[in-house]
Amino acid sequence: MKANEIVATPLSPRRGGGDEASQYIDLYASQRELICSGSAPVMNAVRDAAMQQFAAQGFPTLKEERYRYTDVAVAFAPDYGLNLSRVRIPVNPREVFRCDVPNLSTDLVYLVNDQPLLEKPIPYVSSLRQACIDHPDIVAKYYNKCASVIPSLSEKGPGGEVLLNTAFAQDGLFVHVPRGERMNHPLQVINILRSPVDMMVNRRVLIVLEEGAEATILLCDHAMDTVSFLTTQVIEVFCADRSRLDLYELEETHTSCRRFSNLQMTVGSDCVVSHNSITLYNGLTRNTADVALTGERSEITMNGCVVADKNQHVDNNTLIDHIAPSCTSRELYKCVADDEAVSAFAGRILVRKDAQKTSSKETNNNLCATDTARIYTQPMLEIYADDVQCSHGSTVGVLDQQALFYMQQRGIAEAEARLLLKNAFVGQVIEQVRLQPLRDRLHHLIDKRFRGELNKCTGCALCEPHPQPLSEGRGA
Amino acid sequence: MSDKDLNKDKLSGPAQPLSENRNAREERDGNASAETSNDFVRRIAEQKYQFGFTTDVHTEVIDRGLNEDVVRLISQKKGEPDWLLQFRLEAFRYWQSQEQPSWGHLRLPDIDYQDISYYADPTARKADGPKTLDDIDPEVMKTFDKLGIPLEERLALSGTAVDAVMDSVSVKTTFKERLSERGIIFCSISEAVREYPDLVRQYLGSVVPYRDNYFAALNSAVFSDGSFVYIPKNTRCPMELSTYFRINARNTGQFERTLIVCDEGSYVSYLEGCTAPMRDENQLHAAIVEIVVLDNAKVKYSTVQNWYPGDSEGRGGVLNLVTKRGHLRGRNSRLSWTQVETGSAITWKYPSCVLSGDGSQAEFYSVAVTNNHQQADTGTKMIHLGRNTRSTIISKGISAGHSENSYRGLVRVGRHADGARNYSSCDSLLFGNLCGAHTFPYMDVQNPTATAEHEATTSKINEDQLLYCNQRGISTEDAVGLIVNGYAKDVLNKLPMEFAVEAQKLLQVSLEGTVG
Repeated sequence: MKANEIVATPLSPRRGGGDEASQYIDLYASQRELICSGSAPVMNAVRDAAMQQFAAQGFPTLKEERYRYTDVAVAFAPDYGLNLSRVRIPVNPREVFRCDVPNLSTDLVYLVNDQPLLEKPIPYVSSLRQACIDHPDIVAKYYNKCASVIPSLSEKGPGGEVLLNTAFAQDGLFVHVPRGERMNHPLQVINILRSPVDMMVNRRVLIVLEEGAEATILLCDHAMDTVSFLTTQVIEVFCADRSRLDLYELEETHTSCRRFSNLQMTVGSDCVVSHNSITLYNGLTRNTADVALTGERSEITMNGCVVADKNQHVDNNTLIDHIAPSCTSRELYKCVADDEAVSAFAGRILVRKDAQKTSSKETNNNLCATDTARIYTQPMLEIYADDVQCSHGSTVGVLDQQALFYMQQRGIAEAEARLLLKNAFVGQVIEQVRLQPLRDRLHHLIDKRFRGELNKCTGCALCEPHPQPLSEGRGA
Repeated sequence: MSDKDLNKDKLSGPAQPLSENRNAREERDGNASAETSNDFVRRIAEQKYQFGFTTDVHTEVIDRGLNEDVVRLISQKKGEPDWLLQFRLEAFRYWQSQEQPSWGHLRLPDIDYQDISYYADPTARKADGPKTLDDIDPEVMKTFDKLGIPLEERLALSGTAVDAVMDSVSVKTTFKERLSERGIIFCSISEAVREYPDLVRQYLGSVVPYRDNYFAALNSAVFSDGSFVYIPKNTRCPMELSTYFRINARNTGQFERTLIVCDEGSYVSYLEGCTAPMRDENQLHAAIVEIVVLDNAKVKYSTVQNWYPGDSEGRGGVLNLVTKRGHLRGRNSRLSWTQVETGSAITWKYPSCVLSGDGSQAEFYSVAVTNNHQQADTGTKMIHLGRNTRSTIISKGISAGHSENSYRGLVRVGRHADGARNYSSCDSLLFGNLCGAHTFPYMDVQNPTATAEHEATTSKINEDQLLYCNQRGISTEDAVGLIVNGYAKDVLNKLPMEFAVEAQKLLQVSLEGTVG
């Protein structure tokens, strides 16, 4: 790893939000050549503008409505190394990772930090850097364009962490399904964070579905080493008319991982799209999902499930922007917060003036298990059209005492009964998963998570070196 | 009973007030047969804001502008003790260090705080203020007549005590004697500062400190007058207390300050109603209402707000930037806010409750109507600190024309608020596709035994219900009135009788001409 160009500037004392930003600005200024040489022209073309904008606006502060629950600057403050000279980190993913989904035939892609390892060619899938060389026109047409297509994003501009990603991202994944085609198997992307020193990873994913295309994509995040990781991820998704996409994101890292993921999606007409975000184990996670429904009669389902304990912090921030009429959106997020965990959910549904006949439903349910855990929920409706059916509901509560009592009467121990109820609580989200084998696997993982046995699968090296023992799952 | 009969029964209830209105009007016009309900609706819809008149009273207005000297001058004019002057000055210095907030879903115009006069005294000519009804300026009395406040003996029949605030100085307080027999204090806050300094000093700023927000700081620095209510222990206030606020002199902001203290085991119901004359420039209204509820006491606070909303082009109108908060300090104390908001160009108002007494209960019922270019960002805060506290939020928003109507509410459950419960429900109704209806609920829960629920819906007026009414010969305008009143019924039912009637009329008048 010493051979790597681990570039970092010493951390200066914190003054407002400016100093965290300046270490990245300086780094970019000094290493611009290196960053560009490790990437491709299409990606390099937008770097300077992004950095310029970042230098002007810096990191978002807690005073900004969309960032009120996560202090971005603090997460970006430590001194991380970056693998700018693209040194291959020696890793055999098959050796270290075997926790794939049984009974599910998938095409597997390993992403070590941000570099894809394609063992055999998979149709429609390539590394972003390679795609820039093979199909520069297609990448140029879509790369970094989502933010300008989604009106609510272009109004305010992207956040600081997105700009940083655009400035520093050198590689990532590119999925392009041409018109009328469909992927034979679901695509499973296993992101493995691997580094001997504290590391910042900027990963970029670009998914383009042309008219009538179909795809199922599963993105899993894992951390192999116990050092601190900071990942920024920007996923841009373009769904043209009549396309179908199921996108799953699963995070299973450790408590010193910080993840900033931004999903930006535009959906054409007559599409059926689903997005499932599952946070099983993490440190600090901020997931932003912005979806613009630009074509008529499309349907979007967004589900999320969070299990957090210790001092984990999960912040889900979603926006569904109904621009075109007659679209349907369904959103369901569930969260269990234990110990000193913080869970935030802010979902905004925006129905624009012309989006008549919109049907929208947003639900957020939370369980707060201790008096030190904290739950924030903020389901928002912003409606400018009159012929719509919109509703939202959110709850924060405790396990149903009557159900607990009922089960105890029937000889189920209280701890077990609690576990069953918690499983059932988040199970509602898992049930929305369309792939049966994945659904079973997730039920299994969630159950293990609540039992505090997530690190005991012993299937691979990945699960072994957790820095601290996992809690025994309160009440379990 | 058949289904048909059932429906008939449902209809006959709300339809009643409509026909009553019409009858009353027809009698007055002496033209009972000619006027159809459509004509009536059209006439009302075209009607200009009927309370938009200006009373020509001699007013002592100080020069425009705001600085420490103005604060000192206001304090001096009111003959205030030094501690209150210091309170004002501290607030003023804090205000100077702050910026006007911009987080609301509002397009707040730039307010030139130096272009406003901060004090106007309609009774300045009379040295000691009016002593009897005859002492009151006849013009002022006429104003109140036009507003329909029965300040004289008529009051006895309605059983209401009115502390009429015109501009900044309390003109006349009625029924004071009857109230004082029971030890109830109901007077202007300036009088309270003179007569009951200890009480005022103990509670003033204890619920809404001047550091609370920008407009609270401004109010704390320059508040001119307002009402003070103190209900002694174990006393049930025999009548509903009521204040009428009205902005009169041109370009004077109204900065009232209301303080209500309900001592152990007592009960009071307080009404506040607002109308303001027509003006072209925006008028600033930054009030503070503080309510303290002690052990086993209950306070009911009702507002009908009908300030001038600006014309149909969105010119003028009152800026209503108000901080209202109740502190439920005592065990099992109760506080209920009910508001009907139909006026103001901009409403920025969050009547809140801090539930720190164990077992305390708070309620918030609100109907907010916006039409033309009105903007409202209103809601509540329920801050649960004590054990077994409960809160209910029912909010109904109605938006029409080019208006924006937002509900913004916070439910916070602190770490020690075991068994806290909250239920929030906010519905929005949209008329036309040029307006907006928004919901921004915030929940922040830190206790494993607490339950908080929020639900909201947004939809347009139900076509089936309209058709059903039309089929039965009820015109669309009347049907809208019926449906809206039914929609807002949960809230209107919580209003005291006199207000409920007024509110129902207001809703109808505010929305006429929006459908069909």
